[in-house]
Amino acid sequence: MPMPSPTGDRAPVLRRVRRAHDQGEEHTPVTAAIAGLGITEMGKVFGRTASDFAGEAIALALEDAGLAADDVDGLLINANQSPEMVPTLQFSLGLADLTLVNVMSAFGSTAATMLQYAAHAIAAGQASVVACVYADAPLREGGSISQSGYSGRRFDAPGLAGLRFAYGDYGPANSGYAMALRRHMHLFGTTHEQLGTIAVGQRAWAQLNPAAQMRNPMTIDDYHASRWVVEPLHLFDCCLVSNGGVAVIVTSAERARDLRQPPVHLRGFGQCAPGDTGRGERDPATHTGASKAGELALRQAGIELADVDVLELYDCYTYTVLVTLEDYGYCAKGEGGDFVADGKLGPGGALPCNTGGGQLSSFYMWGFTPLSEGVIQARGQAGERQVAAHDHVLVSGNGGVLTFHSTTILSPHEGGA
Amino acid sequence: MTVTTTPSDPAKPVPVPDAHSAPFFDGARAGRLMLRRCRACDTFMSPIAGIGAPVRPRCVACFSGDLEWAASSGRGSLYSFVIMHQLYDEAFASDIPYNIAVVETDEGVRLTTQVVGCANEALVIGMALAVVFERVSDDVTIPKFRPAS
Repeated sequence: MPMPSPTGDRAPVLRRVRRAHDQGEEHTPVTAAIAGLGITEMGKVFGRTASDFAGEAIALALEDAGLAADDVDGLLINANQSPEMVPTLQFSLGLADLTLVNVMSAFGSTAATMLQYAAHAIAAGQASVVACVYADAPLREGGSISQSGYSGRRFDAPGLAGLRFAYGDYGPANSGYAMALRRHMHLFGTTHEQLGTIAVGQRAWAQLNPAAQMRNPMTIDDYHASRWVVEPLHLFDCCLVSNGGVAVIVTSAERARDLRQPPVHLRGFGQCAPGDTGRGERDPATHTGASKAGELALRQAGIELADVDVLELYDCYTYTVLVTLEDYGYCAKGEGGDFVADGKLGPGGALPCNTGGGQLSSFYMWGFTPLSEGVIQARGQAGERQVAAHDHVLVSGNGGVLTFHSTTILSPHEGGA
Repeated sequence: MTVTTTPSDPAKPVPVPDAHSAPFFDGARAGRLMLRRCRACDTFMSPIAGIGAPVRPRCVACFSGDLEWAASSGRGSLYSFVIMHQLYDEAFASDIPYNIAVVETDEGVRLTTQVVGCANEALVIGMALAVVFERVSDDVTIPKFRPAS
């Protein structure tokens, strides 16, 4: 696997990683499925709380599945910037007698970890209908994003936590990702022309998605002309910020068969958090956990990369898509720029990716953006933007600054047996 | 490593040293860039692991809990850098566009900081840098880096 290896005889950090997954090729098939999906209005939808969006998303997902609130015995909440995404959200929503409840946090890779937990609990008989939800309401009418919860503005941080603000290093993620992109450009010659094809391709997909926030056309010239946010990130390299909510209902594959929608089977999972020592042994800027997480998920699903028909890749920035493609093994390390340059990720391309517009152009619900579009594609319900072959959909999650990764394989076909 | 006082907009945020970070800020005031070092294997580390993280409790190489504060040589090279164009805080309005940099010290430690005495256009990954100290209030001094001669 293409993780940087420890140099010299420095104590290898890797040795601490338990390698249970490397011991054998056998994996227990997953037997859970997504039976319901709910997506609220997205974007500049003002005057509603995150809890309100969460409740509506779950209600929509239950209705989609043909289930009722009384059927829910599990609630998993994606921790995010909202102070309302706490265990007591259960009370606000009036959900009673749950046997599985938690707020989960692995930043942008959380969605898959929720699905994993739900699937395992269902297989073990500890819950039967688990609602997994993401909701946030950071945008205020008349306010700008830089004044929202995403500004990272915090003057009272004590001790060394306050040092970054003294340098003017604001924003929770922009500078970290821009730092990583600059590194990739330096090492491999990656260009804005290449990154721009990702932004343009996703906008073209968004134009086919009625639920997308950004549906006006974007050309490569528009991309180049968009202002710098944190150089080398243009505005159009960066994701949106959205008010809204998304929920999915996870249940057993068996139960899902009898429900309203075609089941979307959870066929494979993989997580990898390589860590960041802040030293030369590791370089999350250019080598992410996608390599290991992808390998684990594909193996559990019993498929190869070539079997994946649709990609829904976590896209907090264009660069995240590019480096994730490299680490999944679609091309060699450093060749991501060349790989995407022909527009193969866009509509009509050879490798359909972020088919709803992604977080760059549809809406920003962290891992629930790629997950929700993955469910829609796997069901074959994407309308104008439906990809013809959709037997296997790969969904990725990425969090921190390229330091937490998750991969999920979705399929309309049941695995195992 | 001299301590200089540069005129600084008083509205800019000034770190508030606490008991855990005092050795870092005391060192900076005395012209020393303080890092964490493992007594068991001598590995140097950044004082904190990232945004909002506490002072490192464990060695990243050998997991020893026996860490100490130790001075860096103050020399390193530019690992990566970005140019801030977005205005988040009026106190930085006249600085835009300004750089934020990650410097890899000769001890192999990456630190988020700022390069001074160098135009944005002249920043190049790999360039040699040396620490300088900037007094941002009567009590608090912070490390920055400048091109090494």
